[in-house]
Amino acid sequence: MLDKRVSSLAAAVEGIRDGAVVLIGGFGASGIPVELIDGLIEQGAKDLTVVTNNAGSGHADIAKLLATGRVKRIVCSFPRSAGSVVFEELYSAGKLELELVPQGTLSERMRAAGAGIGGFFTPTAAGTKLAEGKETRVIEGREYVFEKPLKGDVALIKAETADRWGNLTFRQTARNFAPTMAMAADLTIVQASRIVDLGGIAPEQVMTPGIFVDRVVEIPNPVHAGQAA
Amino acid sequence: MTAKPLTRDEIAKRVGRDIPDGAYVNLGIGLPTLAANYVPSDREVIYHSENGILGMGPAPKKGEEDLDIINAGKQPVTLLPGAAIFHHTDAFAMIRGGHIDLALLGAMQVAANGDLANWSTGDETLPPAVGGAMDLGAGAASVWALMEHTTKNGEPKILERCTYPLTAAGVVDRIYTNLAVIEVTPDGLIVREMAPGLEFEELQAKTGAKLTLANDWRAIEF
Repeated sequence: MLDKRVSSLAAAVEGIRDGAVVLIGGFGASGIPVELIDGLIEQGAKDLTVVTNNAGSGHADIAKLLATGRVKRIVCSFPRSAGSVVFEELYSAGKLELELVPQGTLSERMRAAGAGIGGFFTPTAAGTKLAEGKETRVIEGREYVFEKPLKGDVALIKAETADRWGNLTFRQTARNFAPTMAMAADLTIVQASRIVDLGGIAPEQVMTPGIFVDRVVEIPNPVHAGQAA
Repeated sequence: MTAKPLTRDEIAKRVGRDIPDGAYVNLGIGLPTLAANYVPSDREVIYHSENGILGMGPAPKKGEEDLDIINAGKQPVTLLPGAAIFHHTDAFAMIRGGHIDLALLGAMQVAANGDLANWSTGDETLPPAVGGAMDLGAGAASVWALMEHTTKNGEPKILERCTYPLTAAGVVDRIYTNLAVIEVTPDGLIVREMAPGLEFEELQAKTGAKLTLANDWRAIEF
């Protein structure tokens, strides 16, 4: 029997090792897996690399994780935003390394990792300082920049509905990076507001097929990062 | 007659009139978002947001916000009937794949060759942030830059070469400012329209690149 359900947050985040690359879903406050991040903080893994679009706001969720000092590197498209005080403090103190990646490139690099693609040429950032040091190629008269896949050891994802096979749906724009991150990590951990019986999600409504998911924990009425802030 | 520069609302009005019926459009934060308010009501324009929306509607009424329906600026928005939600990788495939007809972007500087600078002043003391700016610059089929013609100190923002780090090279097709509507062409910058009462010499003096006045230029109407 295939059953990806786990009964607690501790069981969901068990085994995340020091030095892991952790992909964290969410865009702004929408789709941030607040409870899983708290679980990771509790679990205690350190020297982490975190891949996420924004570097947190206020002092909760991603900002709270950064404040523990257990993240050495962040891969991000828009780390500096309203309320990103913890990030800014760590960054200016030289305590947090930043790799800045254009948003679409960030997403496509993870897709490549999940899809078994060894990299790709993109027109994004051609001729800019974010392309410095990277291989470029002119294809049909246009300059492209080579980007490598970005693979996670772990992905932390927030879903609306899940079943025991790991099929997922997401609520509104909380979907954002989640489907791509789910496929790009060795261990994809999902918090879902509801776990339903097999068949409870109509096959054509499945947004992320269960093959990309390893563990599912039910967190009813999850905290929304936008409300926590 | 003394020159009468456009207000921000007037720039937005002028741009709104040019957004074509049936277009898929991505709006940057600020002035570009304002322009959406002035698209003539008989046109149907589909707005795209990088975080996975086509068919984005206006801001919700107070008290009706849904924290999971937000735009790229992380502000609550609404979804029109017919809207679609998708994930980030698809949202950027739409951008890079040339499916977005038009991106309206705010700009810090634009060069005569269409280079766009709108993500960084190059100040190394600040942590950088780029978001989707480079993908939009490189990917949208057409890019219009919206900005004040000069900085607060009166320095030109339209230059022969950008001094700020580039967002994308050679991508801007049109520039709308408080003083002019300018087309970026292989033959250089062509002034299509000027603010009421403005003399071409005065416009040229406020611009850091060579301008050519179109034979059929007009005063901006809005």
